[in-house]
Amino acid sequence: MAAKSNLVNMVLVLGTTCLLCSGILAGAYALTKEPIDAAAAEKTARSIGEVLPHFTETSYESVEVDGKTYNYYKAVDGDRLVGYAVESTVVGFGGPLSLIVGITPDGVVYNTSVLSHSETPGLGAKCSTDEKFIGQWKGFNPAEKKLSVRKDGGDVDAITASTITSRAYTLAVENAVAAVKAIGGDVNAHTGASVKPMEEASNE
Amino acid sequence: MSKFKLITDGLVKNNPTFVLLLGMCPTLATTTSAINGLSMGLATLFVLVLSNMAISLIAPVVPDKVHIPVYIVVIATFVTLLQFLMQAYTPSMYETLGLFIPLIVVNCIVLGRAEAFANKHGVLESAFDGIGVGLGFTLALTVLGLVREILGSGSVFGWSFIGGRDGMLAFVMAPGAFLCLGYLMVLFNKFLKKD
Repeated sequence: MAAKSNLVNMVLVLGTTCLLCSGILAGAYALTKEPIDAAAAEKTARSIGEVLPHFTETSYESVEVDGKTYNYYKAVDGDRLVGYAVESTVVGFGGPLSLIVGITPDGVVYNTSVLSHSETPGLGAKCSTDEKFIGQWKGFNPAEKKLSVRKDGGDVDAITASTITSRAYTLAVENAVAAVKAIGGDVNAHTGASVKPMEEASNE
Repeated sequence: MSKFKLITDGLVKNNPTFVLLLGMCPTLATTTSAINGLSMGLATLFVLVLSNMAISLIAPVVPDKVHIPVYIVVIATFVTLLQFLMQAYTPSMYETLGLFIPLIVVNCIVLGRAEAFANKHGVLESAFDGIGVGLGFTLALTVLGLVREILGSGSVFGWSFIGGRDGMLAFVMAPGAFLCLGYLMVLFNKFLKKD
């Protein structure tokens, strides 16, 4: 079976193995880099497309709010600003909950989408599948509705038996809204006056 | 030993999950659905076959005292290779299995087969041993995933038969994994493993 060990052959064999393996991996990395980047880019484009209306170009920027940095995609359609897709991560019930929140320049949430979560399957994990819960974010206007769950006196319908996840989700949206407010400048954010919110079927 | 027997041995007599109880961590953690179990099994199969072949080739020249580090480097290379491939061509599956792909490096089935079989046998035999044990692992994970999916989510390979209702959620979570594994092990050893 194995050869007898001495210093020379140990160093030689281990060294050669490591060299060969690194070589193979370097080659594999070079070959797969392109498709990996393409897959990642496609995923980002898809998630931005989910949370914002039609756009032609995006640029990746970041903004700091209360010492926390938020990365966001500024989406434009030609010269017109379509909105911001903000990446917002909070602590959920089972670990980090990452959302991408699309907010149009008038400060209204266009849509939200879960990037990653580690919530309990069948309970908190519904935050990425429960249509009633997800649906309420479409056209959610933070200037008119209160961003907290009904239990806490707000206007967000929580997922049954998953209040903590729902609170975290709401907080993530709130942070995203605050981030857009901070990006502000060219937007008439949060006056609420010029905003015509989408009519949403009330759950009550 | 015939090649066919090597494969059936891996599937039944030496089934890594139900008989040898190896690789329990990915077994319990990734089998929340049949698809996840199947993919984890196939990923391990891929690494197992390649590492078995590579190790059976290099074993004669590897000095005894450094054989574990050398094997681990070889296994880690194939796992990283698999990671690159999955990231590039099956990104959604890569995300689902997440951490458990790199952890194949320390899956005791892989190192176990290298130590117990590949370093004493030829390339072809080692390849068939890898296929057999890998298929045994895949079979076990798929069945376990299927049972947990049926009970816990009310679906079969993602196809739901209970509409929008909830299944018995405990089976999707950790306690259900242990329960199902235990009962499957009993059934497997009672009906299949005839010794």
